[in-house]
Amino acid sequence: MTINLVMAATVGVLYGTGFTLLLSRSLMRVLIGVVVLGHGTNLLLQLAGGPPGRAPILGAVAPEEFTDALPQALALTAIVITFALTTFLLALGYRSFVLVGHDEVQDDVEDRRISRQKTPSAGLDDGDGDGDGEATP
Amino acid sequence: MSYLLPLPVLLPMLGAAISIVGSRSATLQRVIGVVVLAAVAALAGVLLVATDRQGPIVTELGGWPAPVGIALVADRLSALLLLVSTLVTLAVLVYAIDQRITDLGRATASTTFHPMYLMLCAGVSLAYLTGDLFTLFVAFELMLTASYVLITRRTGANRIRAGMTYVTVSLLSSLLFLTAVAMVYAATGTVNLADLAGRVGELPPGLQTVLGMMLLVVFGIKAAIVPMHFWLPDSYPNAPGPVAALFAGLLTKVSFYALLRTQTLLFPREEPWTLMLVLSVATMLVGVLGALAQNDLNRLLSFLLVSHIGFLLYGLAVFDAAGVSGAALYAAHHITVLATLFLVSGLITRRSGTVALDRMGGLLRTSPGLAILFAIPALTLAGVPPTAGFVAKLALLQAGAGSGPAEQAVAGVVVLASLLTLYALVRVWVRVFWGEPQAPVPDVDPADEVLVGTARTSVPMYAATAGLIVVSLAIAAFAGPLAGMTERAGVDLLDREPYRVAVLGEAP
Amino acid sequence: MTAPEDKPFEEWDRPRQGWMLSGDCRGHRQRTLLLEMTTRALFPTVLVFSLYLLLVGHYGPGGGFAAGLVAGLAFVLRYIAGGSDAAVRLRPPVLIGLGLTVALLTALAPTVVGAPVLATTKLALDVPLIGHVETQTSVFLDVGVYLLIVGVVLDLLRSLGAGIERDMREAGETPS
Repeated sequence: MTINLVMAATVGVLYGTGFTLLLSRSLMRVLIGVVVLGHGTNLLLQLAGGPPGRAPILGAVAPEEFTDALPQALALTAIVITFALTTFLLALGYRSFVLVGHDEVQDDVEDRRISRQKTPSAGLDDGDGDGDGEATP
Repeated sequence: MSYLLPLPVLLPMLGAAISIVGSRSATLQRVIGVVVLAAVAALAGVLLVATDRQGPIVTELGGWPAPVGIALVADRLSALLLLVSTLVTLAVLVYAIDQRITDLGRATASTTFHPMYLMLCAGVSLAYLTGDLFTLFVAFELMLTASYVLITRRTGANRIRAGMTYVTVSLLSSLLFLTAVAMVYAATGTVNLADLAGRVGELPPGLQTVLGMMLLVVFGIKAAIVPMHFWLPDSYPNAPGPVAALFAGLLTKVSFYALLRTQTLLFPREEPWTLMLVLSVATMLVGVLGALAQNDLNRLLSFLLVSHIGFLLYGLAVFDAAGVSGAALYAAHHITVLATLFLVSGLITRRSGTVALDRMGGLLRTSPGLAILFAIPALTLAGVPPTAGFVAKLALLQAGAGSGPAEQAVAGVVVLASLLTLYALVRVWVRVFWGEPQAPVPDVDPADEVLVGTARTSVPMYAATAGLIVVSLAIAAFAGPLAGMTERAGVDLLDREPYRVAVLGEAP
Repeated sequence: MTAPEDKPFEEWDRPRQGWMLSGDCRGHRQRTLLLEMTTRALFPTVLVFSLYLLLVGHYGPGGGFAAGLVAGLAFVLRYIAGGSDAAVRLRPPVLIGLGLTVALLTALAPTVVGAPVLATTKLALDVPLIGHVETQTSVFLDVGVYLLIVGVVLDLLRSLGAGIERDMREAGETPS
């Protein structure tokens, strides 16, 4: 199987962009990262099916000209799943915005405890209203 | 027999659908949930007996033959884990229903809780039963999407952060999984596991390693293998009690099952797996040492959960029939005992109003029943004879003892980690149950669904927890037959031929 | 603040209006008459087209998912034109549940006659006025998926569209 270089590069760019966005604090950027990464993955799934052919509909085209239909089915399923998760993240980001006023992903409890131990005078506020994840007062 | 196979997946889904339609009636939702899960448990029991007698059972969806169509396969391993998992989900559901009745009143229905709970169960069943890598992805998505909703629903500001971490990390691993599926398909042209078992072996060794590592990372994140575990102790403790119990019992073990299935079926090896041995040691030690540093009961249990994933990995690392069989037995024990401990932690929190160990005390005097409910699963997790944990650990140690010097050295780490687990749990016991009784801490967030700091007790919550303890004791009591069966499962897993022949229907 | 917006919100997921657009959807200044009139014409047309996609799905391009999305887009259009209250009388989760039930019952039905789950067969019937119709039993599965997807889109409009507008109103901001 030969590989389409442009497509391979596109997948690479999509993955790179997606991962970079995933690393950011704001859930909105994470969301866009997931979407971009999802596109990259779906494109990769398409490429896995080999070079493009005609639509796999019996009667319209000769079977040997068919493109591989399975990756398309897989990609369709994956698109649906990504779609569902995107809307879920959107709702989660909005909820976070309503509850805390921003949609940034906070440091986890352990990180905050360690940074507090390093700088005892700073008295870092844990910012989540002394939640029940926090044991020590 | 094979027509029973899709039911563990479709029945919970149907239950979920009906409980969405009937979301006005709380009673309907509860009855459907319990009936469906009880039926699935019965089915799983039947499947377990049948697979043990006649080998793997296969059904092809829509009548399309494998490897073109989607096949569902049950063998001894998947049937055993399905049975144990369903018993756990049933008990946790009873607990959750009763908690909702006690706290919110008998008539409170929910449009999300019951449907999502059943969807999660459907995803778990599908993950155990599927014979197809892509369907495995779909099963994980079904399970995880339901879990996202369960962990973030009705959360306050202090819990939504944990939900965000959990969702983001899971999404990342899911996208990696999809990438791995695409690469597997590009390399072999199939996603059917039985078909892949033959074709992956023909690939160049470098490509095999890449595919194996991709799948290892994917399931490693989902199963919380150190160093990919960091999300777990951060998110599970923030879930409401029964949900945390459900997650702790099932999600990581389903991922471990997927890891076990793919590695044994697609990437067979002759000798022990050094990388897995290293990961196993790291997971056991980091988990248990993390647990020792905690003052929050749920976080402590989460770290212990991570630590005991390392025990499962040890069985896989040995990579012989005895090791894999020990891992299967340990997984069955692990599912029940962790769910039980999280349920007990929910009961303790309910009583004391806090998860902070230094603000509790004297519960032995105020509620001795709770002490018994905690003591048995705690001893089981630590592996004190004659509990199920001891039996499972013994199986693992025996597998390691018959192996090379490195495996025997790691067997020492297994013993050490068990002792440290015992120490961590004894510490909990001393802080929570001994000492002067403390007044319950008032509820920090009275608006959310979980009521804490109340002395109001209800019998079914205790009964559900006790039921799980009985399951755990039953694993110990029937250790002989169970170990015999997991041994046969281990032999089959490494032999691979029974699985391939059952799915593809051809003589090797 | 106009009068209809001050009505107390009775139950968070119960729409208050029926199928047709009514006059009092938004603040008077924000109404776009052109879009509203176009939507009136387009909405039923798109729904019919989605039904066409649903039925031809087995032999041609289309199917339950695509048809459901097209129908969902019709509702999105009406939401944009009509504002927060334009939705169906049915609560979206019920639609999702119904769709899922239909799809799963279709999946389970073949087991009654001893066929494997999800098996399909040809379905030929003579419909009065239309004549002889041939299709597959999988069309019922598509109907389930169709309802499910429409329900999901409506639920999205409710929670992310109307829900956010409602939150903004409660916070005293004007929805834009």
